[in-house]
Amino acid sequence: MDVLTENWSLYGKGFLGTVELTVYASILALVLGFVMASFRVAPVGSLRVIGTVWVAVLRNTPLTLLFFAVLLGLPRFGLVLPFQVFAVLALGCYTSAFICEALRSGINTVPTGQGEAARSLGMSFGQTLGNVVLPQAFRSVIPPVGSTLIALAKNSAIAGAFSVTELLGTYKTLNELGYSIIWTFVWIAVGYLIITLAISALFNVLEKRWGVAR
Amino acid sequence: MLRTRNIAAVLVCLLIAALAVGCGREGSPPVKGPKADELPRYKVDTGFQLPESKTWKKAEKRGYLVVGAKEDQPYLGEKDPATGVYSGFDIEIARMMAASLGFEPDTIRFRTIASANRETALQNGQIDYYVGTYTINDMRKKLVGFAGPYYMAGQGLLVRTDENDIHGPQDLAGKTVCSAAGSTPYQRIAADYPEADLVAYDTYSICVDNLLTFQVDAVTTDDAILLGFAAKAPDEMKVVGKPFSEEPYGIGVPRSDNALRLALDDALEENEKNGNWKKAFEATLGLSGVPAPTPPPIDRYPAS
Amino acid sequence: MTHATASATALYDIPGPVTRRRHFLYGVISTAVILGLLAWIIYLLFDTDQFTSAKWTPFTYKGIQELLLRGLGNTLKAFAYAAVLSLALGAVLAVGRLSVHKPVRWVSTVLVEFFRAMPVLVMIFFIFVALKVQPLPALVAGLTLYNGSVLAEVFRTGINSVERGQGEAAYALGMRKTQVTTHVLAPQAVRAMLPTIISQLVVALKDTSLGYLITYEEFLHAGKLIASNLDYDLPFIPVVMVISPIYIGMCMLLSWFATWVARRERRNPKTEGTGVAAAEPGTVLPGRRRQ
Repeated sequence: MDVLTENWSLYGKGFLGTVELTVYASILALVLGFVMASFRVAPVGSLRVIGTVWVAVLRNTPLTLLFFAVLLGLPRFGLVLPFQVFAVLALGCYTSAFICEALRSGINTVPTGQGEAARSLGMSFGQTLGNVVLPQAFRSVIPPVGSTLIALAKNSAIAGAFSVTELLGTYKTLNELGYSIIWTFVWIAVGYLIITLAISALFNVLEKRWGVAR
Repeated sequence: MLRTRNIAAVLVCLLIAALAVGCGREGSPPVKGPKADELPRYKVDTGFQLPESKTWKKAEKRGYLVVGAKEDQPYLGEKDPATGVYSGFDIEIARMMAASLGFEPDTIRFRTIASANRETALQNGQIDYYVGTYTINDMRKKLVGFAGPYYMAGQGLLVRTDENDIHGPQDLAGKTVCSAAGSTPYQRIAADYPEADLVAYDTYSICVDNLLTFQVDAVTTDDAILLGFAAKAPDEMKVVGKPFSEEPYGIGVPRSDNALRLALDDALEENEKNGNWKKAFEATLGLSGVPAPTPPPIDRYPAS
Repeated sequence: MTHATASATALYDIPGPVTRRRHFLYGVISTAVILGLLAWIIYLLFDTDQFTSAKWTPFTYKGIQELLLRGLGNTLKAFAYAAVLSLALGAVLAVGRLSVHKPVRWVSTVLVEFFRAMPVLVMIFFIFVALKVQPLPALVAGLTLYNGSVLAEVFRTGINSVERGQGEAAYALGMRKTQVTTHVLAPQAVRAMLPTIISQLVVALKDTSLGYLITYEEFLHAGKLIASNLDYDLPFIPVVMVISPIYIGMCMLLSWFATWVARRERRNPKTEGTGVAAAEPGTVLPGRRRQ
């Protein structure tokens, strides 16, 4: 019990580190995923190839290998950045592949008739996208995207093994200080549960407001 | 798309098959750094008996000793990835002890145990004893026993040979220093010399590589480990300053096995007297150019 | 997909000649950009001496190759254990969640939701550090607990997706609950969810690389041993270039197998009672009633 009360700052720093990783990586993943999804549905063949290769490679790479390659391999190219930046990069790119697939299947659920009707009304591509297709697609992607972001929050634990300050890494210091290992892990687990349940609650609220049966 | 995926799958299988056929050379790739001409041979004390030690009796029945060691510390405890052969100062100490315990040199099996699991490995009998930069301290003495110390290390600094500004930890203000994440040397610099710019990686070899490519100015850890790395490239790196901490290295043994511990203490004392300890040092860490120090006095603490 | 844009989608119509020319131009520009990027990366590789013989000769040695193969074997061993055990655990937990007895249902639900919400790495570390288990059993146990829970949800969704008529007909014939589940519902459910099950096993295969963090000597660990060796000039990039295709290739093979199974099952008349699931791994949004 006193593990938590005596080490608030350590746990707090770790928790904050995880939250930061999750938030930044989520933003990167959503942006990249959106870009890659637009490549995958583009009419231009080579853009489709880029999107497909990106998704196929990243979905089949173990995240540990990606962290290994980015954190320990990229500096050899002369690109030296703080560990957090590399971790956000690796995590964001990995998750972007899953977000891309979720967004793409969301766009595919919009009936073709919607687009045809919009075009026959004289709407430009931008107007069709912004006023007709995306709002409908958005409603049906909420559960998969929420699911993927929860997976991202859980995957951020791997960053701790690559010298990034986050929640799972605190167990090493606490273990060396001699605290009961079981209680240390209990509080780490509670920390992760808080983050996962928060994201889940957020997406449940979003879905209640905007969700549609797929 | 199906075609392309088929082709990719076939290529991967070919790659694995090529690896499997093993169209490869025997032996091991060339190593850097000087090699000792000949490793010292230790006289095996045939007829040695230690019936009061449970660990020794089990090893004798098995026919071989299982010794825990490190695999990534050059000239201290390192494993050749191609052949699986261990070498280094700690390994020589382990071999010395095995000979004094009556085991032939080919009956020692080394196992790599990570720092975090040393106590567990000794407690559940996975290894008979552990020789691998194992610092003796009171907290660990509650879990395992220590024979020795066989070497007195201290925290030191490794810099490039042309670095003239750093002679000790007090000169680290504003310089980048690298160490292993979460280790005691890291915490000591963070606590006592906060003006230094600390960087952490999970292995020392990356720190050393960063030192050579000018990304950090110094590497800090036990000076024994630093000496090993300096020996790899003696013209490019040097260890500077006096050690600013005391890290006595001991041989870890199961806590309850006092007979084994005292037997190892006796063996250490004898090998220090008859020059084997010095020969082992000169064949490994001594290749960095440092003369063999005097071994520290052995601590035979009472059983508890 | 023969002619790339032969059909209209919600976003754009079948292109006419002007649009086709514009698309061709875009295609050429993007291909040029990609080739330029690749050329720059290859230049960087050469510039930072990644192709020196010192970095690549270790791979020609038999000992190194055997080290890598042993690591690969260990990865596949951990995967095999984890796959079999998580399928078993998934089945047990799914049966628990579908039970008529409230306490059994409640316990199974708590277990499944807890293990799905926990990061796999936390569980693996807990078993390894706190319970002091050896690396291989700790890795397999952690993977089993996580993938078993997700598979339990997959099995449950599968059984719930079987047409009600199947179950009612079975009960009308006088079968009891266990018989209905084993002889009627489960075969159809498994056949329908097979793509999802295989996709979840791909996740398990990828997660065996977490063994690297608890010093289990698997493929990535073998690679790191070679990559962090000063004697070979720290060949990180060559090691990554050798290991990644093998890892990605293995996972791609398994994913492709999942899509192939999905396609075959859709044509199979035995799945008329249920729909065939997509080749996606199970979702982890906790508290979802529907998948």
